[in-house]
Amino acid sequence: MRNDWRARSHAGWWAFLVHRVSGILLTLFLPLHFLALGLALEGEAALDAALRWTEQPLVKAAEVVLVVLLAAHAAGGIRLLMLEFLPWREWHKTLLAVAGGVTLAVGVGFLLNLV
Amino acid sequence: MSVLQVDVWRGGESGSFQRFEVPRLESQTVLDVVTHIQRVLDPTLSYRFACRVGMCGSCAMTVNGRARWTCRTHVAEVVAGGALEIAPLRNLPVIKDLVTDMREFFDKWAAARGQFRPSASRKDDFARVEPDSPRRQLVDAGIECIGCGVCYAACDVVSWNPEYLGPAALNRAWTLVNDVRDGARDERLAAVAGDAGCHACHTHMSCTERCPKKISPTAAIAGLKRATLGAALKGKA
Amino acid sequence: MNTRTQVYLWAAQRMSAVVLAVCVLVHLGTLIYAVQGGLSATEILGRSRGSAAWAAFYGVFVLAVAVHAPIGLRSVLAEWLGWRGTGLDALVIVVALAIAALGMRALWAVIA
Repeated sequence: MRNDWRARSHAGWWAFLVHRVSGILLTLFLPLHFLALGLALEGEAALDAALRWTEQPLVKAAEVVLVVLLAAHAAGGIRLLMLEFLPWREWHKTLLAVAGGVTLAVGVGFLLNLV
Repeated sequence: MSVLQVDVWRGGESGSFQRFEVPRLESQTVLDVVTHIQRVLDPTLSYRFACRVGMCGSCAMTVNGRARWTCRTHVAEVVAGGALEIAPLRNLPVIKDLVTDMREFFDKWAAARGQFRPSASRKDDFARVEPDSPRRQLVDAGIECIGCGVCYAACDVVSWNPEYLGPAALNRAWTLVNDVRDGARDERLAAVAGDAGCHACHTHMSCTERCPKKISPTAAIAGLKRATLGAALKGKA
Repeated sequence: MNTRTQVYLWAAQRMSAVVLAVCVLVHLGTLIYAVQGGLSATEILGRSRGSAAWAAFYGVFVLAVAVHAPIGLRSVLAEWLGWRGTGLDALVIVVALAIAALGMRALWAVIA
C-alpha cells in the first residue's frame, strides 16, 4: 500500500511537488520557445507576428505563469543544492520561505512590467 | 465515558477497514487502543509490539495516514472527531491486519553494507575516538536508529522506485562511513551509489519529518551523495 | 547503465544546475527589462544580432539546459510511469540532443 496526501502534507514534500511539476512544464515549453525564436530565420516580420500573437490576455497570463514556474524551479533548485552540498543544518524551512519569497517577487516584478 | 470510533485494517494486501468502538481512557496510547481491540473485542486481530516504551521499534503502524510508533503516540495527539484509522505500514507487504513483512526492509540494510567491518584485530589496542571529533559527531547524529521502519514507510521514493535502499539503510551506511574503525568504506560507498541508492533521494524530507527519534536520514543521504561522488571520481565506486 | 554512470548523471544535473542558477537569474532580469513597453522583433534582434556576449551567454544556457532537463525527465518517467532500462536511457539522449539542436538553431536565428 502507498501513502496518500495525509502522509505527504509537509513543507518538504510540497516543495518537491512544485519543483517536479515546474520542471516538467518548463521542459515541455522549451521546444516551443526555441521554435518561436527560430522564426527570426524567416525574417523580422515572422518573429513580429509571433510576438503580436503573445499580446492576447490569455497568452500574457500564461507568460506570467511560465516566469513564476522558472523562478520557483530556480529558487527551489538553489535550496536543494544548498541542502545537498552544504554542511547539514536545521534550515530547510527557512530556505523554503526564502525561495517562496523570491518566486513571488519575480512573479510580481514581471507582471507589473508586462501590463 | 466517551467512545472512540476506530477503523482497523483487516486482511492482507487486499483487505478492508473494520470499525470497532473502543472506550476512551485518560493518557491512552494508540497501542492501548489496538491492544483493547485484540483482548476484548476480536482476538483474531494480528499486530506487533514488544517493549511499549519506544525502545524496540516493532509497533509502528499507519495512524490516520501517517507512519508512527503506536506506543509513543497518545490518542489525544492524533484523534480527529473521535475517530482513528489504523493501518499497517506503507511500502511493505501486508501479512495480515497490522503486521507487515519487514524482510525487504532489513535485506536492504544488508545490501547497503550495514554491517561493521573491523579494520583492527583483537591483538590491537582499543581505538580511541574523541567524542567531539567531527566524524564521531556525524555518527552520533544517526546512530540512535532502532530500525522501526517509519522512515521507509513514509518515503515516496521507495514507493516509486522499489529498488531504492531507503532512508534507514542509507542512514546506517552513513554512520559506518564515518566510523574511523571501519574497514569497508569503499565497498560500502559503491553499494549505496546510483539510482537504487542515495542518488535516488529527492529530499522530500518525509523520513526526517516522521522519524520518532528525530534523526535526519536526509542529512545522512546528502553526505553519502557527496562521498560516493568523490569515490567515483577516484575510480572507487 | 552502470552505477558510476548513474552517479555521474546525478553530478551532471547538479553541476548544470549551478550554471543554470546564474543563467536563469540573468534571463529573468533581461525578461523583466525587455517586456517594458511591449516586445518587438526589432528591439529583440537589435540587442542580440552580432553580439558575441549574448551568443556566448545563451550558448552556455542552452547546453546547460540540454544536460539538466533530460536527466530530470529520466527520473520522472522512471518514477511516475515506471519506464526503466535501455529504452528510457536512449530516449533521454534523444531529448538532450533535440533540446541542444533546437536551442542552437534559435540562438543562430537571433544572433546571426
